[in-house]
Amino acid sequence: MQFDRRQLLLGGVGATAGLMLPGVGAAQSPASIGTFPDGVSADSVFVGLTIPLTGVFSGDGGDLKLGYELAIAQINAGGDIAQKWGLKGKGVLGRQIRYKVSDTEGKPNLDVQSATQFIQRDKAIMVAGSVSSASAIALEELGSREKVLYMVGIAGSNDITGKNCQRYGFRSQQNAYMAAKALAPVVAKALGKNIKAAFLVPDYTYGHTVYDSFAKFSTEQGWKQVAKEVVPLGTTDYSSALLNIANSGADVFVNIAFGGDAVASTKQAEQFGVLKRMKLVVPNLSSFQDKELGAELMQGVYGSCDFWWGVQDTYPLAKTFVESFVAQNKYYPRWGAHIGYMQTYLWAMSVERAGTFNPVDVIKTMEASKAQPYDTTIGKVYFRAEDHQMVRPIPILRGKAPSAMKHKEDFYDIVEIADGESVMNAPDFFGCKLGPYT
Amino acid sequence: MPSWPVLISQAFNGLALGTLLALVSSGLTIILGTLGVLNFAHGALFAVGAYAAFVVLQYTSSFVLALVVGCAFMLVLGFLLERIIIRFFYDRPHEDQILVTYGIGIVLVECIRSGFGGNAQRVPVPSWGQGATQLGFLIYPTYRLQLIAIIAGLLLSLYVVLYRTSMGLVVRAGIENPGMVGILGINVRRAFLLVFAIGVVAVGLAGMLYAPVVAVTPDMGANFMAQSFVVIVLGGLGSFPGAVIGGLIAGEIISLTSAFNSSYSEVMLYALMALLLVLRPQGLFGSEGRV
Repeated sequence: MQFDRRQLLLGGVGATAGLMLPGVGAAQSPASIGTFPDGVSADSVFVGLTIPLTGVFSGDGGDLKLGYELAIAQINAGGDIAQKWGLKGKGVLGRQIRYKVSDTEGKPNLDVQSATQFIQRDKAIMVAGSVSSASAIALEELGSREKVLYMVGIAGSNDITGKNCQRYGFRSQQNAYMAAKALAPVVAKALGKNIKAAFLVPDYTYGHTVYDSFAKFSTEQGWKQVAKEVVPLGTTDYSSALLNIANSGADVFVNIAFGGDAVASTKQAEQFGVLKRMKLVVPNLSSFQDKELGAELMQGVYGSCDFWWGVQDTYPLAKTFVESFVAQNKYYPRWGAHIGYMQTYLWAMSVERAGTFNPVDVIKTMEASKAQPYDTTIGKVYFRAEDHQMVRPIPILRGKAPSAMKHKEDFYDIVEIADGESVMNAPDFFGCKLGPYT
Repeated sequence: MPSWPVLISQAFNGLALGTLLALVSSGLTIILGTLGVLNFAHGALFAVGAYAAFVVLQYTSSFVLALVVGCAFMLVLGFLLERIIIRFFYDRPHEDQILVTYGIGIVLVECIRSGFGGNAQRVPVPSWGQGATQLGFLIYPTYRLQLIAIIAGLLLSLYVVLYRTSMGLVVRAGIENPGMVGILGINVRRAFLLVFAIGVVAVGLAGMLYAPVVAVTPDMGANFMAQSFVVIVLGGLGSFPGAVIGGLIAGEIISLTSAFNSSYSEVMLYALMALLLVLRPQGLFGSEGRV
């Protein structure tokens, strides 16, 4: 294994910087682990992006990809925006980020296959992406096995930072528990306490944990479940499930389906008259649900999300993100793009803080971020050391009436931005046990 | 045990779901039954139909016109595919046919994706189909009720053309012995061309009619293709009546299982298919040794 002089120098700086941070550098990091240092050349590092560009999650996936690409371009160019995030010079630690995107169709096996290729063939120093929670779980397991950092893309299941949590996986999106705890009081205040609710639940880890959490917190608000319809992922015709929901006598329809499934099921719910008789609540909105269903159907709908461009009035870095994204892609970014964008910056900042690409040091830096929170597009945030879940604010949205929209992408009002600390589960609540560093 | 009104509602929904599945499967089975080609581009052609309707609706806002123009487009597409590619594969093994049609499917889906992106497109329910209709204790979407009637009419016409006209006879005779039919002075190749195009129009039309109900995305056909294969296996490979009956059975299985537990509906469908394959490998209407 060969080090160049520059690498050694940077490593030395990193070790010194690391020692200044609490918890970092306490133990010696191995000189060689995973794709480090083989994957760090004198002028570049490789990042592998596994993204569903086809299939049920393709809308979110396409947006996610654009977010990663924008952040990578900005970081590589090293302009004003990268500086605002606290990065120095061009690239990360002077290395340009090279990347490849593989379309994984939202299927965990394809995610693992392409991430393995990125790690073995391209010596990826970091893997990021995925939209499905099932994919995220598979990828963080792979990352921990291969000792390569994995930054989770869009993924709402509690299991990711719960029972399936991994030392090498970090999630910046809120989990289902946080989203439900933030959302339930807001909708109960708006729609009432004595409410009968019907749930449509996609049959995979995301669906089940979002259901568990929202059922729990809505019950605490006095809501009563009258129907629970579990449907396979990628269902095209929801008529049978919707008939049961339509006949349930519910006041509120809680639709947990995500991506293309959310569009199809909501469209059909409208045709079955469900939306006439019931209010629609979407615990986690999909990136383009607004555009794909139209403001007519989405008006008055409550939901949570990772990011809405309206938060740019609150956070300065959100403003630069939204402006540069719109200039580049001619539409307003959704939370897919935001996660990709923010994650890339978070990783770059952590690497620069650690002063090395060594994943052990980068992980310890992120785990120590409570003492030194990151300033981001959603304000100050940090990763919890115990489960790698980001503690972060959660925007609660309500669909605008078409007549109230100021322009064609002005779909939501921000009803509230819930404070992260107040909605966190206890770190061991979902049985998280992070594995070893080495 | 669900109440009787719920069971009856689900049985009715099974009928609606079944007719839709029957139409989706009919295009597949017409091409398979008459030309012997296993068309794996079926799902992609379904999506092409939906997008054709979407495009025409952008300009005309008339759903009927969208159907008419969409059908004309699918007919031309069917002609082109048959002339340029498919006809060279009539005499080739099924594996070759599967590969080439699967490839066509990928190309078509990617064309859609590059033209329209991955997000779902909005195709609204036509003005004449909006709202819900009260059927006794059951409230059912008006558009879906109309679909049952429209599709029943379409399936009947398809059956008559292919099984009760001289053209249908020519095609079936052509499959058995093209040389003999040729000696009789009949242009078999032209008949094949027409049958393939009719199959393409049928699946495209299913896509157009379905567009207001589902999420219109480039990959929307994948699930329909999987289900329509189950349907034609149930009904018997290449049997048109089999596709119709198979579709109705599949619709009822999915819907009635949902009355008890929605998460088992697709499992039950595949379980039934497996059971049938053990008891009657050729399907309900299939003949032994066929295809």
